[in-house]
Amino acid sequence: MAEEPAQFTIEEFYKFVNQGRLVGARCKRCGELLVPPRPMCPKCFSKDLEFKELPKQGKLLTYTIIHISPERFQKLTPYAVGIVKLEEDAKLPGMIKDINFDRIKIGMTLAVNFDKKADAEDWPQWARYYFRPTENPATP
Amino acid sequence: MESQINRGLQLAGKPLVSIVSAGMSKFGRREGLYGRELFTEAASEAFERCPNLDPRKDIKAAFIGMMGESFEHQGHTGPTVMDWAGLLPIQAFRLEGACGSSATSIRCGVFAVLSGLADVVLVGGVEKMTHRSTSDATEYLAMACDFPFEQWNGLTFPGLFAMVATAHMHKYGTTEEQMALVAVKNHHHGAMNPKAHMQKEVSLEKALSSRVVAWPLKLYDCSLITDGASCLILTKPELAKKFTDAPVHIIGSGQASDTIGLYERKEFTTLSVGRLSGEEAYKTAGITPADVDVAEVHDCFTIAEIVAYEDLDFCKPGEGGRFIEEGQSQIGGKVAVCTSGGLKSKGHPVGATGTAQAYEIYLQLTEQAGRRQVKGAEIGLTHNVGGLGATGVVNIYRRW
Repeated sequence: MAEEPAQFTIEEFYKFVNQGRLVGARCKRCGELLVPPRPMCPKCFSKDLEFKELPKQGKLLTYTIIHISPERFQKLTPYAVGIVKLEEDAKLPGMIKDINFDRIKIGMTLAVNFDKKADAEDWPQWARYYFRPTENPATP
Repeated sequence: MESQINRGLQLAGKPLVSIVSAGMSKFGRREGLYGRELFTEAASEAFERCPNLDPRKDIKAAFIGMMGESFEHQGHTGPTVMDWAGLLPIQAFRLEGACGSSATSIRCGVFAVLSGLADVVLVGGVEKMTHRSTSDATEYLAMACDFPFEQWNGLTFPGLFAMVATAHMHKYGTTEEQMALVAVKNHHHGAMNPKAHMQKEVSLEKALSSRVVAWPLKLYDCSLITDGASCLILTKPELAKKFTDAPVHIIGSGQASDTIGLYERKEFTTLSVGRLSGEEAYKTAGITPADVDVAEVHDCFTIAEIVAYEDLDFCKPGEGGRFIEEGQSQIGGKVAVCTSGGLKSKGHPVGATGTAQAYEIYLQLTEQAGRRQVKGAEIGLTHNVGGLGATGVVNIYRRW
């Protein structure tokens, strides 16, 4: 049986996250980098795409410390979330862990890490990536 | 940006449609009332204000904004509110654009009337929220931001706007105190609005020392979870005098879309939908930002009002903090912003907010705004944003 063509989907992105990898899709026609991957390039409408592995670290662009959260995250509050630029046109939001909040600064370098397993939920069963300092973790 | 209302541009400076009546329920914690009942309160006010209107006969279509079924476990809002407002069997459309839902109702009303398919339409919105816990309401509201990346990583609406604030503070030196001043001003205005949810003044100290929701945003940087409904009656300008001697004309209108995820954007310190829909609305209206006397902007969080000053060209990018500090946006300033109290003090029943903003402008331009009246106001503007600026609508109004 012929192999299914690669699916450039969010589900597929999280399958890579389960393997400890972050990927985007590169449009083979116009070169646009799609993060997250999508089935069609929104710039040139091409569906001729390939997966591209993203860097394992990036720069913090902005962040917040969340004190009031939905039920699902209540045991974690307060927690930090930021947007990290992994490379040009490749940005992702994620939690910032293993750091004292007052050491978080815009422009700092953060490394990508991965949770061991997905939360026990019906849907979706996605593992999470997150960010943490590149050097030694902050001392409490 | 190419205009989305091409005929609108040809009509530059002329009325697109006319508002001949408006209604708004009392905003607040309306215990024991369903959304449809709140909508009836708004609709009946609009009908009573306009004795020449025969609602069931004259109204040809209705466009109703409502964001979330989760609050009341109730969808299919269009026919539901028509039924309670005595408007069956008139066709009804429900529109969902998160916190910008009923501004898109106004846009569709403009489309319907300008197309000639419906001479008189009702546009409105409704949301019933306060019976839910803060945690549940936070989760339902968060549905208007990206799920797989933002919600999944613990982001909330306060959290997303907090990231806009952090970026604005970093890039322009905007301060937590400047943000708190937006709350002080809007509560000052809201204290003069008998329909506002929270009719009381708030001191700068109190705003700054309130508990953190999502740093750097504190409780008083956030708008209120509120119950309410609002509506307008729109018609062709040439028919307006049949219904009232004092119509308010919509002379400019613009709308735009942007990415659902904040993380996808090039810039975090501006909302492109505010800027683009503002540019389109100014162009259609044939006016400049300096002509605006009174504006209701989307102050879902205090930082959002500061960004709105900049996106609407009331001041230059980065100068929004100084604009509020200098008192330019209070009644008596360069442009009176959120005279109703805004989402901050009047309250933010999300689906009802867009038409509630227009209701305030209608009151201001017909000199019915009581103690908060801006003397001689002739040109008004509403700026309504859905989600983290994935939807944005700007409308411009002129008195008859």
